[in-house]
Amino acid sequence: MDSEAAKFIGAGMASFALIGAGLSIGNIFSSYLTGALRNPSAAPGQFTTLLIGFALAEATGLFGLLVALIMLFG
Amino acid sequence: MADNPMSQFQIKRYVELDVYGIDASFTNSSLFMVTAVIVVVGFLNVAMTSRSLVPTRLQSIAELSYEFIAGMLRDNVGKEGIKYLPLVFSLFMFILSCNMLGLLPYSFTVTSHIAVTFALAAFVITTVTVIGFLRHGLGYVKLFAPEGVPAVLLLLIVPIEIVSYLFRPISLSVRLFANMMAGHIMLKVFAGFIVSLGVYGFVPLVATVAFTALEVLVAFLQAFIFSVLTCIYLNDAVNMHEH
Repeated sequence: MDSEAAKFIGAGMASFALIGAGLSIGNIFSSYLTGALRNPSAAPGQFTTLLIGFALAEATGLFGLLVALIMLFG
Repeated sequence: MADNPMSQFQIKRYVELDVYGIDASFTNSSLFMVTAVIVVVGFLNVAMTSRSLVPTRLQSIAELSYEFIAGMLRDNVGKEGIKYLPLVFSLFMFILSCNMLGLLPYSFTVTSHIAVTFALAAFVITTVTVIGFLRHGLGYVKLFAPEGVPAVLLLLIVPIEIVSYLFRPISLSVRLFANMMAGHIMLKVFAGFIVSLGVYGFVPLVATVAFTALEVLVAFLQAFIFSVLTCIYLNDAVNMHEH
């Protein structure tokens, strides 16, 4: 296998990190919705926390995407 | 420029400038940064000229954005935080206008380059660290050793806390840059399908319009998250573990 092919396979494998990001973002929003539907009056107060959790979860997946981009174009 | 979705991120030099071996050319990136600053400063000046008690529409947008950031600082940092409003407000407005300007067709997204976002993030973290050391002196290093942790666990906790502190600028910058870059690549890839699918091109066309709406949301959300995280880091520096 020549190194060019290995580079593409590696980039594809690095973007597997986004599976985790997708799962965690879905989990955060579903948990928020479950909580918000049970106690709608408390929901607006936690909206900022929701977005922070979303951002932190997303960042870990984006590190993987970054590795993939570096492999492809770096 | 049509084929490669990466070509939209190309830096073009407009005015060549070389300062003692450092390439300081005026590029399309610089042009859009200057435009973003002009848009923000111009908008706030125009909106606040009348300064009436009952705000006009434009004035209430300016007041809303001010109140938005002021409220964010009050919630996350507390009373002390309002001192840092100029820092967080200018960060928020600059990133927001850069992201929004990047959504215009044929424009350039400044925040899709890690050089720009990392400079912003490094500036934020340096400021926060300096504020922390100025307020607490050397006691600021206690941030790495949470109270009430057994001494044995400190051996493990302290390195983890230090690494997580050092990773803050990286995660802050990568989040903004990767979001903007991935969104714009996705838009361009779908836009490419419009031509190549011929008659059925209306399907990706509808998708592209919908994605553009999503990107407006992402552009706002990322500017918001960048400023919220700045507030949280400021809170660490100003109040340490107090609340």
